[in-house]
Amino acid sequence: MGVLFFRWVLVLTLLLTCALGFQSDELLLDDEEFGIEGGRSSSFQSDSLPPSTAATSTSRKRFSESASDSKIQFTLQHAFGDSDFSDAGNFSARLKTWSHGGQTLTKLRFKRDPLTDVEQKNFQELLRGDDFYRIRLPSNVLSPPGREYIISSVKSRCLPGDGLEEHFVIHMEGVNVLAVNYGAPGACPYPRQLKLPAKWSFKSHTVLKNSEQAPRAPIFAEDALGGEEGDGEVLKPIERSFWAKYWMYLIPLGLIVMNAVTQAMNMPEEQPGGQPGAPAQQQPGSAVQRGPSSGAVRRR
Amino acid sequence: MAMAIRVFLLLLLFLSSTNIGYSLFEDQVGLMDWHQQYIGKVKHALFHTQKTGRKRVLVSTEENVVASLDLRHGEIFWRHVLGTDDVVDGLDIALGKYVITLSSDGSILRAWNLPDGQMVWETSLQGSKQSKSILYIPKNLKADKDDLILVFGKGCLYAVSGIDGEVLWRKDFAGESIEVSRIIQSTDKIYVAGFVGSSKFYVYGLNADTGELLKNDHTILPCDTFGELLSVSGDKFVVLDKMRSKILTINIKNGEISYKQKPISDLIKDSSGQAVILPSRLPELFALRIDSHLLTIKVTNEDDLVLVDKINNAAVVSDALSISEGQHAFAFIQHEGSNIHLFVKDINDRNGELLKESIIIDHQRGNIERIFINNYVRTDRSYGFRALMVMEDHSLLLIQQGEIVWSREDGLASVVDVTTSELPVEKEGVSVAKVEQNLFEWLKGHVLKLKGTLMIASPEDVVAIQALRLRSSEKSKMTRDHNGFRKLLIVLTRARKVFALHTGDGRIVWSILLHTLRKTEVCEHPVGLNIYQWQVPHHHALDENPSIVVVGRCGPGLAAPAVLSFIDAYTGKELNSLRLAHTIAQVIPLPYTDSTEQRLHLIIDIDQHAYLYPRTPEAIDILQHEFSNVYWYSVEADNGVVRGHALKSNCIHKMDEYCFDFRDLWSIVFPFESEKIIATVTRKSKEVVHTQAKVMTDYDVMYKYVSNNILFVANAAPKAMGEIGTATPEEAWLVIYIIDTVTGRILHRMTHHGCQGPVRAVFSENWVVYHYFNLRAHRYEMSVIEVYDQSRADNKDVWKFVLGKHNLTSPMSSYYRPEVTTKSQSYFFTHSVKAIDVTLTSKGITSKQLLIGTIGDQVLALDKRFLDPRRTLNPSQAEKEEGIIPLTDSLPIVSQSYITHSLKVEGLRGIVTVPAKLESTSLVFAYGVDLFFTQIAPSRTYDSLTEDFSNALLLLTIVALVAAIFVTWVLSERKDLQEKWK
Repeated sequence: MGVLFFRWVLVLTLLLTCALGFQSDELLLDDEEFGIEGGRSSSFQSDSLPPSTAATSTSRKRFSESASDSKIQFTLQHAFGDSDFSDAGNFSARLKTWSHGGQTLTKLRFKRDPLTDVEQKNFQELLRGDDFYRIRLPSNVLSPPGREYIISSVKSRCLPGDGLEEHFVIHMEGVNVLAVNYGAPGACPYPRQLKLPAKWSFKSHTVLKNSEQAPRAPIFAEDALGGEEGDGEVLKPIERSFWAKYWMYLIPLGLIVMNAVTQAMNMPEEQPGGQPGAPAQQQPGSAVQRGPSSGAVRRR
Repeated sequence: MAMAIRVFLLLLLFLSSTNIGYSLFEDQVGLMDWHQQYIGKVKHALFHTQKTGRKRVLVSTEENVVASLDLRHGEIFWRHVLGTDDVVDGLDIALGKYVITLSSDGSILRAWNLPDGQMVWETSLQGSKQSKSILYIPKNLKADKDDLILVFGKGCLYAVSGIDGEVLWRKDFAGESIEVSRIIQSTDKIYVAGFVGSSKFYVYGLNADTGELLKNDHTILPCDTFGELLSVSGDKFVVLDKMRSKILTINIKNGEISYKQKPISDLIKDSSGQAVILPSRLPELFALRIDSHLLTIKVTNEDDLVLVDKINNAAVVSDALSISEGQHAFAFIQHEGSNIHLFVKDINDRNGELLKESIIIDHQRGNIERIFINNYVRTDRSYGFRALMVMEDHSLLLIQQGEIVWSREDGLASVVDVTTSELPVEKEGVSVAKVEQNLFEWLKGHVLKLKGTLMIASPEDVVAIQALRLRSSEKSKMTRDHNGFRKLLIVLTRARKVFALHTGDGRIVWSILLHTLRKTEVCEHPVGLNIYQWQVPHHHALDENPSIVVVGRCGPGLAAPAVLSFIDAYTGKELNSLRLAHTIAQVIPLPYTDSTEQRLHLIIDIDQHAYLYPRTPEAIDILQHEFSNVYWYSVEADNGVVRGHALKSNCIHKMDEYCFDFRDLWSIVFPFESEKIIATVTRKSKEVVHTQAKVMTDYDVMYKYVSNNILFVANAAPKAMGEIGTATPEEAWLVIYIIDTVTGRILHRMTHHGCQGPVRAVFSENWVVYHYFNLRAHRYEMSVIEVYDQSRADNKDVWKFVLGKHNLTSPMSSYYRPEVTTKSQSYFFTHSVKAIDVTLTSKGITSKQLLIGTIGDQVLALDKRFLDPRRTLNPSQAEKEEGIIPLTDSLPIVSQSYITHSLKVEGLRGIVTVPAKLESTSLVFAYGVDLFFTQIAPSRTYDSLTEDFSNALLLLTIVALVAAIFVTWVLSERKDLQEKWK
């Protein structure tokens, strides 16, 4: 039931944003712990608000002061080349306070303000010069701009696709934004061609990323390697195959066999050439006898 | 248990069989490697020449080395390198057989046995306060038959027994807020004198036996004082007043303090400069420097000051030396062009010149900074003097009879940066045959080698063979060789001197003391920063010399004015030098060269400008062409920010066409409360990667993510920044980042919980290996991260290649959304690591070895295969064939794989690898207090014959075979004929 409702809300929001000319793409944090908790849809329900109502140019607003969950917003600002930064959109997310005191953001969604005519013109200028389109975010979402703004930029000619396409990966550490990977969602081949977008609206994809755990060094208990099997397994590589062990004997043996075979093959052939019968019968005899006989053959 | 042992033994056997290729035979030592031992710039020197035995000089240096040198040849008898934080403050001889050193701000007192340098005892002195540390060994002062050593350190006075280092008594001065500056002894009392503030003079009298406080007196001097208090004799001190115009004489006879003052103008007329009292210890006398004059002033019994002598242009003054009863001498130096005049004078006699010598010293050694003298009895029973001189380039010279007896290039103990240069191409006219003396010698050598190969050589022959191999003149020739083993190592030292060392035998080819980085009024604290290759001619290699550029700064801060100096790499001549109008924060060698093959460099200053060098119109053209493709990054470690930059336009406010503005493209801000940058590493710009793809065991292909613009950053938790053990595992973590430096994208990010620095890392190809401490496991760990490119991962189908439907040839751009996967694994490693590097080969085909500078100052070569993230517990047959080693929890340390074999590179600070032309071989240079160089072949020398391959044996075999063929042919013919006639 909850899932159904959740889907319904999602579709509604999507429709709503499409209708407004934005394509705000919500990508939920791929958080396993969160999934396991199970209370995802119900909690979402309670404080989900249509993003359009939240869109204000103020940097941040808290909607709910609940101890474990609250909603926050922070603004995206952009600049064309070396111009000053101006507001470009809003990120809204849920701030989750954990029992151990840590705070994390989940359910980030993004809504871009429509580009004004001036901004469109600026953007065209930017595309012609293949200059940088720059964005910035506060480094702390609770007390923006925090210590400093997080800047990221992209060559403007990477963005136009069908419309304008952008992709955010926001690296978080608690409530601090460390960095934002900003750019086109796909390729941006060099040399970059001048291409004006068909429509001046952004299609945005956003992803939140937190730090991963490093794999631990493998720790072997004393008996992990100690069993009989383990012993055998280590022994194996030392034990070589029959061929590997005896090749030095096998090759000469093979050569000898081959030699013998060819000799055996040759002999019947030689016999028709020579005196048939006689030498073959003489062969078992002494070598002294063979000498004169062969000599006789050649002298003939 | 028995099983475990058996498994262990088997494992050992297996590992030793895999590693056998790297080890070295005893007779191969010194063939390709060399090792040089240094001590650093000498701070204190003590001569020990009284006994008839070996004459030696004991020194302590700025590299924290305590050493005993042979006075005849300058060789090291023994040497101890103390830790980097263990700075030696005092050096003296006690009981005639122990060398006493005081180090670590007066908290560690050690006694070393004089003949062999064995440590006899060590005492740790605890104290609470930071203070000056003084080591004072009184003559004939005994407490309960123990010879006393008095040490002041950490705000306490200690009396230590000279025999076993036991602390006999201790007097704490920490509560008195007194800055103790002198300890004096009079019969059985000890006086401690010092200041509170700069005008309150305190004297404490203590009982030498018990440390009991007998007297305590103080007086307020009429004026503030300047500089150090100098003790003239048992109970007299001199000090300058704050205006440096008066000399105060303080007398503490019987604990009563009395003082007198005298204006300097009474002693010397028409002096205008600032006076300084020199710290030389001269009995009854002190030396005062004013303008360019040196005044020796006697303090009479009535505390009057009498001018004894006035010396012009004296550069350095030694301490006084007692030559006989009541006779003291001191030495001073006068510079006159490249000539140096050494004077030894009797202290009390104005005209008593005991010695006057003039010596010519190579001007590349600079000025004399310190002098220590010693006397000896000549054959005619008169006194002779020898002087030990410390030069501006930190070298050490011994002068006797007007000649340099020996010299040590101890500047090489403090290498700051290293680069390499090729040697000149062998030209026509330089005959190779000159090297092979004559045919007979050549033949003899080969016969000897042959004997060695056939194992019929006598022991004498073996020695001769070894000697022959070691002095093979081939390796020390001054021309380029086919294999690229011979190169010049160009090193910059802390003394701002540049040396070129030959890789063959480590000799100094040339050296130059940088003229622009000498200490002058304009440049008071010059520092040499880096050394870069400036011009590397390939097309004009025959008629043009390569050159290097040295970057320096006139002070420790970033804002200090900067200096560039260009040096010819073959001759060591300074081609040009520039005093820059801007500062230097960062130097970026660009991957472009102009038509004369000079490399373009961007220098970033602290005011956000970039300057292009060389300053030629051609360079501007090249840069304009690549203007939008120049990116760089900067790391602000204190601030926790990494930024990316790109060029914007010419400077707006400056009329300089070589000046550019730049802008910030991206920034990564690490939160202060959880992370602090402790290490950053990038790939070496010259590294060549041969294979882009890696074929897995299941015939799957993984493409390496190879990018030049990649940065590894290691951050530690702020609480775990200190020493290991100061933080608990819960409050320590290490966060690892791999960042693309063009777009600022974080490609990979990973947290090691319960781990802390120091982090040492190396980045090569698509992998990074780093070393850190795991607090939970109480062990050091090494981790590897390999980065693979997923965007090219579908290029596996043969048909795609046939039809040309692959994207392998399409240009890579940093603006692509990176699709990377990483594989990582951690292993325990026993040692802590001082430096880490990886072998470099010219084509990148040869497998890699990690070179790890261990805590024992050795260099360990560890195969990269051990740090493969794909190691599994039970590798399949296919994996084994690929060379995957079964997974173990720790990395093996096989004693044969130490490339430094039995040697130690004391005080190891860095390892530099350079590819040879021969693909299999990499040249390794490790530096610290010592220097070590060797060649290593990680996959053995598969592309060349070994050094000891006997060509003669091969020839002989061929000749013998040919002869045998003929003989057997003739024999068979004859036999045939005989048979036919039968």
